[in-house]
Amino acid sequence: MDTNPQPNPPKPPVSRRQFMRDGARATMLVGVGGLVGLLAGRHASNGFVWQIDPAKCVRCGLCATSCVLEQSAVKCVHTHAICGYCRLCTAYFVPEPNALSTAAENQLCPTGAIKRSFIEDPYYEYTIDEKLCIGCAKCVEGCNRFGNGSLYLQVRHDRCLNCNECSIAKVCAGDAFRRVPVDHPYMLKSTTSH
Amino acid sequence: MKEIRNPKAKGRRKSETRRPNHPAPAKTSFSAFDLRPSFGLRISALGLLLLCAFAVCSFAEEAAPAAGRFRFPPPEFESGYKLPDTTTPPARALVMQYVDVAVFLGALGLATWLTLKKRSRRGIVALSVFSLLYFGFYREGCICAIGSIQNVALALFNSGYTVPLTALIFCLAPIVFALVIGRAFCAAVCPHGAIQDLVLVKPVNIPMWLEHALGVLPFVFLGAGLLFAATGSAFLICRYDPFAPMFRMTGSFLMLSIGAVFLIVGMFIGRPFCRFFCPYGALLRVASVVAKWRVRTTPDYCTQCRLCEQSCPFGALNEPSIPATPVVRSDERRRLVRLFLLTPLLVVGIGGVGSLLAGPAAKLHSTVALAEHWLHHQKTPPEYPAMDPDLLRLKRADKDPKQLVSEAAAMRAVFIRNGWLLGGWIGLVIGAKLISLSLRRTRTDYEPDRGACVGCARCFEFCPNELVRRGLMPASAPAPPPAAKT
Repeated sequence: MDTNPQPNPPKPPVSRRQFMRDGARATMLVGVGGLVGLLAGRHASNGFVWQIDPAKCVRCGLCATSCVLEQSAVKCVHTHAICGYCRLCTAYFVPEPNALSTAAENQLCPTGAIKRSFIEDPYYEYTIDEKLCIGCAKCVEGCNRFGNGSLYLQVRHDRCLNCNECSIAKVCAGDAFRRVPVDHPYMLKSTTSH
Repeated sequence: MKEIRNPKAKGRRKSETRRPNHPAPAKTSFSAFDLRPSFGLRISALGLLLLCAFAVCSFAEEAAPAAGRFRFPPPEFESGYKLPDTTTPPARALVMQYVDVAVFLGALGLATWLTLKKRSRRGIVALSVFSLLYFGFYREGCICAIGSIQNVALALFNSGYTVPLTALIFCLAPIVFALVIGRAFCAAVCPHGAIQDLVLVKPVNIPMWLEHALGVLPFVFLGAGLLFAATGSAFLICRYDPFAPMFRMTGSFLMLSIGAVFLIVGMFIGRPFCRFFCPYGALLRVASVVAKWRVRTTPDYCTQCRLCEQSCPFGALNEPSIPATPVVRSDERRRLVRLFLLTPLLVVGIGGVGSLLAGPAAKLHSTVALAEHWLHHQKTPPEYPAMDPDLLRLKRADKDPKQLVSEAAAMRAVFIRNGWLLGGWIGLVIGAKLISLSLRRTRTDYEPDRGACVGCARCFEFCPNELVRRGLMPASAPAPPPAAKT
């Protein structure tokens, strides 16, 4: 500002304004460098993904409707090692079913996503068809309340967008959503920890 | 499971012997025998024999702590049935994140080259389309530099969270670029900017007072977003992102319609989100003020032809300053002194207002919300207690309500402190804005504003010297004929 404006200055001399600008830039660059130094030491893992802690899940059904995806990224999964292979599965059948058959009116799942197949007397295998599962947790409630709890909800990472603010976590009634390291993205039940 | 099962691979119907030890599932409408109606009939002589033979094994298993936990012990299969595994589809491969970072840095470099060296509007448009497709529709607006500042803030103030390296690069690389060469990120890398830039069909200039008044909002949004992220209560910037739902083609009706409104307004007013809301744009605006190199309308020197005067749809092109008379100067000085005195008052005043508003805002934090809900429930118990999700949560979270309330009180205190901070920040921004508007700048040429220019390269083609540079006009042309405008 102190220098006289020149008509066509190809290279004006370093003015006070220019000096301040250089100083501010240097300060900000140092600040950014400091931030990197501060945070780079802490980035121990490769990042986090969302997952449901089955122990905290209250099976409220909000997972089915709260996800930003049209079809929720949360699906029911099955740890067969815990499953009792019950003939009368309370996750598969509505309460007091007419018959223990695969007829639609006997099924609890609103989309018919559970397949029931005979293994050997008296055991039946139940598998989840993920394409049909909407994560409504009706079967999870049935299995946990009356059975072994081998069915539970998990965020499926082939579908999950890993939003910064998980819209299900925001409304989760059991506070069951948490960020887990991307190296161990699932919280599966097993016979030793369930 | 295998280690439990293997010692007694042939021991069928183990469940039968264990049955008495199992507590019947009390308070349920089913008893254990309802669920396995047929298994009692199936005991063969061989089975009994085997039972006796492996009694020791089974007893050992009974004693194992893991065995007693199931209401219905997992069966032993005779038919060679193999347990299916629980599938675990992996998250997006880490290497893809590094691909994102490489594309991001490449696009930043390309945008820099296109605005500063090549000076090509066409190239910028092409890069914008690519960025919109890649970072917008393919990556579905995530990972994005705008939101990543929250991750950095959360990581700074919350030791339990570590920011992924990719998010850190996405956050800081555009700032470093802005410090050196201006807003290359906004020019053609940001999908939010690209989608608005591409729908701009009929630019309408808005009055400067409105432009400057609305220009305060991004800083408010920035401060609020960072504070809410730092306290770990909400990612406001992501929650109120108008374009991410559009990129995902799904989302709440409210945010989708706000996005649509931004696009419709954006057909006439250039980049409304970037200029008046984007918190990251506010950061880059400050950073690019001190940039080493800058975008200039003319490739060499300004002939003051005024052809570019109306070329900028973002109100970022500054006119040459008019030399001031001494009377005007002394007026300006007095105003400046008054503004310097006013700024601390603004900081304190708006800070106080912020602390008053912080109480209601604290309800956005889940702990506070739950405590409020519990207190309300205690005060006015509902006539017919229904288990709503909040109560269910309190019940199953096994949290002592007293502890919850004290935690909530502590969180509320943090919010009130942050209310002061945010209000003070807003006061500071308003004060700084007023001061910067009152500072006299000596400008001889038409040149883009250092902070506001996003480097869209629109104004270049209006400059006759640029046409000369490209060989579209003879170099000897003394003054630009009107036809040169096209």
